[in-house]
Amino acid sequence: MPVSLVPTQQELLRIAPEIILTLAGTLIMVLAPFARRRTDNRFGYISLGALLAAGAAALAADQHRGTAFHQMIEVDGFATFFRMLVLGVGLLTALVSFAYLRREQAEPGEYYALLLYSVAGQSLMAAANELIMIFIGLEISSISSYILAGYLREDLRSTEAALKYFLLGSFATAFLLYGVAWIYGMTGSTNLSEIRAALTVAAPAPSELLVAVAAAMLFAGLAFKVSAWPFQVWAPDVYQGAPAPVAAFLSAGPKAAAFAVFLRVFLTAFEPAATRWAAFVWWSALVSMTLGNLAALVQSNIKRLLAYSSIAHAGYVLVALTAHSEAGASAAMFYLAAYALMNVGAFAMVAHFSRRGERYVEVDDFAGLAVTQPSAAALFAVFLLSLIGVPPTAGFFAKFYVFKAALDADLTGLTVLGLLNSAVGAYYYLRILVVMYMREPGEAASAVPSLSPSMKATLWICAVGTMLLGVWPTLILGFADRAAAMVR
Amino acid sequence: MTLLNLCLALPALGFLLILAIPGHNHRAIRATALAVSLLVFGLSLGLAVRFDAAWPGYQFVTDVPWIPSPAIRYHVGIDGLSLWLVVLSTLLTPVGVLVSWRYIDRRVKEFYALLILMESGLIGVFVALDLFLFYVFWEVSLIPMYFLIGVWGHERRIYAAVKFFLFTMAGSVLMLAAIIYLYTQAATFDYPAILSLVAAGRLRFSPLEETLLFLGFFLAFAIKVPLFPLHTWLPDAHVEAPTAGSVILASVMLKMGTYGLLRFCLPLFPEASREHAPWIAALAIVGIIYGALVAMVQPNMKKLVAYSSVSHLGFVVLGIFSFTRLGLDGAVYQMLNHGISTGALFVLVGFLYERRHSLEIADYGGVATPAPNLAAAFMITTLASIGLPVLNNFVGEYLVLQGTAQVNFRWTVFAAIGIILSACYMLWLYQRAFFGEARPEVRAHLSDLNPREWAAVLPLIVLMVWMGTATRTFLPAIGAANARILEQTQHNVEFHVRRLVPNSGATAEVLRAR
Repeated sequence: MPVSLVPTQQELLRIAPEIILTLAGTLIMVLAPFARRRTDNRFGYISLGALLAAGAAALAADQHRGTAFHQMIEVDGFATFFRMLVLGVGLLTALVSFAYLRREQAEPGEYYALLLYSVAGQSLMAAANELIMIFIGLEISSISSYILAGYLREDLRSTEAALKYFLLGSFATAFLLYGVAWIYGMTGSTNLSEIRAALTVAAPAPSELLVAVAAAMLFAGLAFKVSAWPFQVWAPDVYQGAPAPVAAFLSAGPKAAAFAVFLRVFLTAFEPAATRWAAFVWWSALVSMTLGNLAALVQSNIKRLLAYSSIAHAGYVLVALTAHSEAGASAAMFYLAAYALMNVGAFAMVAHFSRRGERYVEVDDFAGLAVTQPSAAALFAVFLLSLIGVPPTAGFFAKFYVFKAALDADLTGLTVLGLLNSAVGAYYYLRILVVMYMREPGEAASAVPSLSPSMKATLWICAVGTMLLGVWPTLILGFADRAAAMVR
Repeated sequence: MTLLNLCLALPALGFLLILAIPGHNHRAIRATALAVSLLVFGLSLGLAVRFDAAWPGYQFVTDVPWIPSPAIRYHVGIDGLSLWLVVLSTLLTPVGVLVSWRYIDRRVKEFYALLILMESGLIGVFVALDLFLFYVFWEVSLIPMYFLIGVWGHERRIYAAVKFFLFTMAGSVLMLAAIIYLYTQAATFDYPAILSLVAAGRLRFSPLEETLLFLGFFLAFAIKVPLFPLHTWLPDAHVEAPTAGSVILASVMLKMGTYGLLRFCLPLFPEASREHAPWIAALAIVGIIYGALVAMVQPNMKKLVAYSSVSHLGFVVLGIFSFTRLGLDGAVYQMLNHGISTGALFVLVGFLYERRHSLEIADYGGVATPAPNLAAAFMITTLASIGLPVLNNFVGEYLVLQGTAQVNFRWTVFAAIGIILSACYMLWLYQRAFFGEARPEVRAHLSDLNPREWAAVLPLIVLMVWMGTATRTFLPAIGAANARILEQTQHNVEFHVRRLVPNSGATAEVLRAR
């Protein structure tokens, strides 16, 4: 193969989204010292523009599918789906941050730059076809999000969250990297298709035990990112301590990207060893759901509650992975898209409601919100009902597709346990609804500031999206189906 | 756009319309809610008029794709079973609007918006012919009721609302699992298509599969009915709900459960249904007697009526699991009767509460003196509820008893005890609340029915007499639908019979049942 060091135009186009995001992030970094006022929204607008441009670039790249840089990157429908998803999450997070940063008087420059870098890393993970590339994307995304989690440096909880996230995260990344090294040792390659070929036809085939250990290492690294059992302990503390928009971002963006990698690695490279890894994904799915839901039952802090709920939701997606079928992959993709909409919406509401310094983050603080701000409460109710999984919302179809994929794969026990779990989950979301709708307004709900335009836009985008996907799931599902067919 | 689609769509549009009205304009909100619900009622009467009772299949059918993969269709249609339940829903929604006119004075807009939205869900449950669509409507009707109880209820409303939601949710997720499993076997959610697969023998379940699927559906329905011992959410929900909530809950929502048993459990899982019929019938009988006994000692009127519902719904379940035409006809008739008479009881108890602000029977006494019309209406409803001939419940109860007598006479005897008990608790309630010396505070507060209240209760009383005397209006359509359901349950029994040893007792019993 002739080696050319000069990338072709096509290759550049295929990583155009990441290039745009990185350049925009750097531009913001350069401009930041010259900004006079902290309340300046200019960087916010730059990052919105960059995210939109990156989205356009991702769609353009989708017109020229193929590999780039010696098959390190692969642009296919799958990559485009997840790129659009993480870019969308980035966009919504940026919108939520407008009012939030102004309220907390935080420096907007670095914030948006880090957000763009983190999204760039996730976008790279979505398109990576190679373990080293995945690792690089993961690191770009993670390191930026460690800093974002501690962005409010005068807030002790925020700092603690960042430190905890960083320490545990590095540990998990080390696992991942060790797994990569192990695989390289076994198969002589880090390219996913080549690994698959090596696992299927190589003679002598690598020992099954070694493959299982390597898969377990990768699983550990990725399970941390998606906050699945047994690597979920960081999530409640970090979500609670991190600024609310960052928590929204962490619960949707890195999670989606990590699941993208999960799907690619486990359905492409490790598919031959599926019988080995499916068993521990089964357990991880079950325990994540059960533990997340049970722990969320007793939370009084709404950010912690949403954190435990996000552990449970990671469990539902893992149910789809356990099915390791095309239907499972597309169900997982649909779930992540739906979850991004409803959970970012819910966290946006928390960000708005909490007031300066995030004073009001207890569930009880929401008492009577439906009386003082009926429209905001109704939007929040849409997100909560979708998180419960009530039709006609996106969350319902997400669960439906996941459990249908599971039943197709004969996972009857897991399906029944998962559905019972969702009935348990209903209770704690209902508690928020109860407090909002059925209690008299308390101190916190009586003086809610009106929604800023950017916040209003975020909430409406999320709510309308949640409802639309609940009535026409095919808007995304067809796309996910085709994309899932590619990853196999 | 068929008439049926209009009935489904109009309440949803009405919901949006009410949301668009400014919240302080209570008069416009109430008027809109009443107009929309009356319009829907008128349309549903159109359904009844144009319904062809001789045609055994579904009518007013719409069948268009909704989601291509997995194939989910917007498939709706009605037969004689659905028809009257749809009319019942559309009749009781305007009644619910009328009884809330003064009762609901805060967050008026949200209340009427939810009440009208719920109508869509309720109608949808009775007309959906796609299992998935059915499940969607099933859940959609749950949310508004949860809010109605939780926001506008009495002191323990939150507890009651959450209990109601979780009970129903726990049942329905298992039903969802069963529905998805059916789909993986039949490759369609379309209910008539699944039934024809079953009838053609191309969709067969092993006994274990069938039992589990049956239980998945059955549990969801049994919670909704509610069948003893799953009934505990009902008294809480009724006592705490506002009047309109109680009326819709008792009259329509409970019927979702019995409708589901009849529509889905029996035709889909005939063998499991027959196999489990003995203990289900036993639970129904326990419910009849237990409900009646507990109703007798209730100091709270709403709780009394709630437990009487447990007892009445026991009859319906008993009739369904008798597997006889008479029993099924009686069960469906009793579903409508209970909707009318218990709906009327809750309306009247609501009127009493509005006047005296108490649900305790002890706070009343002598009401007949200051409010003779109210007392008369309550009397007629009471008599209907205890099954006096010429009034509606008599017909249903008689048919159920006759039907069960063909199968197992002991069931009939026990169930009949329930009727006697119902006379005891209802008449005793009437005696304590309406007769005797009227105390000053009763005299001061209890005015007689005003025209709006007459408008809410009179149609129900007329129907009690109509349904008690002119059964020909209703029974032919119901009978045709039931005949078909019974036929569907027997398709597969034939297949079952061949596997039995000839001349054994089981064969004889099956043959007798046919």
